[in-house]
Amino acid sequence: MAEIPMVFILAGLVAYTVLAGADFGAGLWTLLAGPGRAGRAATRDHARHAMGPVWEANHVWLIFVLAVTWTAYPRAFGSITSTSAVPLFIAAVGIILRGASYALRGQLDGTRGQRVIENLFALSSVLTPFALGTVVGGIASGRVPVGNATGNIVTSWLNPTSILIGALAVATSGYLAAVYLAADAHRLDERTLERDFRNRALKAGLCAGALALAGLFVVHYDAPPLFNGLTSDSGAAMVVVSAAAGLMTLLLVWRNHFGPARASAALAVAAILAGWALAQRPRFLPGLTIDQAAAGRSTLLAVIITVAVGLAVLLPSLVLLFRLFLRGRLDPAATPDSTVLDSPHVAQKRKTRLRASFAGATLLIGAGATIFADAGWPRAVGIVCLFACAISTFGLTATEPEEQM
Amino acid sequence: MTAIVATVGRVLASVDQDYVFQARQMQALSFVVHIPLVCFGIAFPAMVLFVEWRYLRTGDSIFRTLARRWSKVMLALFAVGVVTGTILSFELGLLWPEFMARFGNVFGLGFTLEGFSFFIEAIFIAIYVYGWDRLSPRLHFLSGIPVAIAGVTGSLFVISVNAWMNHPGGFGLQDGSAVDAQPWSALFGNFYLWHEFVHMYFAGYIVAGFLVAATYAWGFLRGRRGRYERTALIIALSAAAIAAPLQVVIGDWAAREVATAQPTKLAAIEGLGPTTSGAAEHLLGWYNGHTVVYGVKIPRLLSLLAFHNPDATVQGLDAVPPQDRPPVNVERFAFQTMVGIGTLLALLGVVYLYVRLRRKRLPTSPWFYRAVVLAGPLSLVALIAGWITTEVGRQPWIVYWTMRTSDAVTGASGIPVGYGALILVYVCLASGVVWLLSRLRSAPLEVDRDG
Repeated sequence: MAEIPMVFILAGLVAYTVLAGADFGAGLWTLLAGPGRAGRAATRDHARHAMGPVWEANHVWLIFVLAVTWTAYPRAFGSITSTSAVPLFIAAVGIILRGASYALRGQLDGTRGQRVIENLFALSSVLTPFALGTVVGGIASGRVPVGNATGNIVTSWLNPTSILIGALAVATSGYLAAVYLAADAHRLDERTLERDFRNRALKAGLCAGALALAGLFVVHYDAPPLFNGLTSDSGAAMVVVSAAAGLMTLLLVWRNHFGPARASAALAVAAILAGWALAQRPRFLPGLTIDQAAAGRSTLLAVIITVAVGLAVLLPSLVLLFRLFLRGRLDPAATPDSTVLDSPHVAQKRKTRLRASFAGATLLIGAGATIFADAGWPRAVGIVCLFACAISTFGLTATEPEEQM
Repeated sequence: MTAIVATVGRVLASVDQDYVFQARQMQALSFVVHIPLVCFGIAFPAMVLFVEWRYLRTGDSIFRTLARRWSKVMLALFAVGVVTGTILSFELGLLWPEFMARFGNVFGLGFTLEGFSFFIEAIFIAIYVYGWDRLSPRLHFLSGIPVAIAGVTGSLFVISVNAWMNHPGGFGLQDGSAVDAQPWSALFGNFYLWHEFVHMYFAGYIVAGFLVAATYAWGFLRGRRGRYERTALIIALSAAAIAAPLQVVIGDWAAREVATAQPTKLAAIEGLGPTTSGAAEHLLGWYNGHTVVYGVKIPRLLSLLAFHNPDATVQGLDAVPPQDRPPVNVERFAFQTMVGIGTLLALLGVVYLYVRLRRKRLPTSPWFYRAVVLAGPLSLVALIAGWITTEVGRQPWIVYWTMRTSDAVTGASGIPVGYGALILVYVCLASGVVWLLSRLRSAPLEVDRDG
């Protein structure tokens, strides 16, 4: 049971990498939008438009990962956040800037300093995945010991493995974003943009592949236990799956099959994260196994139940959102819905008096019960009455027509 | 190269490691930035949905225009809220790793639940705001309902954690760490949750209502008094004006819960040195370490308010050793700010309700609108002062009477640097949001047809 929340965490990480990674990558392409055939503004608008409706939902995955980690593996969480404080702080600032650019979406056009602000936002979307990648590298190479800030605050994230994984995270983000934006451009029949992003996807994909290969060498010297795990048994199997999925994606992009390419790119990410977990298993941090890090039985059970029930609500909602989104039902500037209701002139019965007496009565009962009851159900009744009073009074004040002055 | 880096690391790490104060300021800053957005998360979706419901009922397109415009503001504020909320969850780990490590197994569940609320909110807010014109009117209205529900449950879950920190239970202690955690009963079997939640829920309507109303009142004073503006003002102001007087009753309930469960906090709020029967209440004044000086003294009022008995005995600060007492003057000042502003807002609300219900119109005096313009920012001040009362009054404990805040803080150096950087980033973010909102407000009404 101690390992089930870890599966949730890894799944959340995969979702975050694939979904939010594509968003960060879109920022990267805004920064590097120079050489494309479509103009800089077109590229930027396309990236923003393509991410708009799903941006918030994508970023909640990170909160999910953090919350499950600190609930299910509190000691490991405290050790990681204290030792890796610097890159986590950088990531946090990056997320603020990235979020600000979405809050301001579209509103910056034509203002002074637009270019500078946009570049700042774009830079933040390179910094954030890099910083988060270095945290992963620190954990994977065993540089995060157990305890409150007991690791080296610099070398725990500025080390060969961390830098490599950080770079890989940036390249993967760029790759995922390019594949995704190419698909979106294809859907919108934007041929130039589609070709641009296809080329970018191929370049970024090759980059990510090269970094992944280089990574095996770096890890071999820098983190031998991780290397052994990645090159034997199930770890090796996952590396092979990831490599195959990566190659497959390149091929699919080459052939302009962007839809399936998205799926296989996600598979490549999922496989390499699973490979990392299997390579480290059962070690979480040096001297701390997953079993030792796990919270007690009731907590784990509570987390598992919560996530299971939560996913039962969440997944259909996510499917709904992405279906609407990918089919363009949330695109801007669509034809207005023609269903305009006529003024039905609901015969406003003068129920005002009744409503007013109801509001007055609930106020008296509610205030009385809340103030004079000491505890238990009379007070609960009082609170409920206060809510009823608030709602009925609101009905009166907010819907009654004004008399002409 | 590695050697140099390692040396730099050691030098940085050897700096004074006691950053409790900066860490608390940093957490407080992030909280102050996030909490107004929470108010909008609680109250605004319901207000927007109410406007849309009016459109569905009456077919009057003015409601539709209003709902559309408000929904854009709602989305922008939500996006900022996602960011500031993410920062808060980062900071829990970055600043208080020992707190997370030792007690995460008890309260962490609250945040896991909140994460799902956040998800639902994020998904449906996107469908709602981007779905105008694309979904049938009824379906569109329905898609907004999960947003309103998730905004409320999300705050419920987070407040359950705060209530647990103030009134902890549901675990055993072993070497300062929680064992045998029972997260469900710790979070939701805690009676302390309910008054905090209801108090915050009403505060959500007061803050969101008065802030929105303030922008329209500002316009009123400048002659923008069309039907559209009046409709918007009436709805926002009604929400705030109803919640504000009722909050007085809720506040009384909250104060009595604090009196029984956190007597030291109450003593700090009132500046009560020795334990006293028939204790007096002091308005304003300064606590000099023993008693309140220069204040207006009202005999027996404290006993009456706290226990509904003018002769009741109220526990003083002397009952606990000095190192276990919160900073009294900060606490008193924050509490009196909240109560003072709250009272004024309640009066303003009653005036509005009286004119609106008896005379069936809006008040005409420009002074009323000037007061509403002030009420917006003041309600925010009261909200923050209220949270300072709760959280500073909990000190020096992060888990009440169980773990000291100073034992929870990170051992990592560089907190002051982070603090400075965060202030800078938040100032930029805040000015960006203000600029954005003013831009959304000044957009001409017709634009909404295709926006």
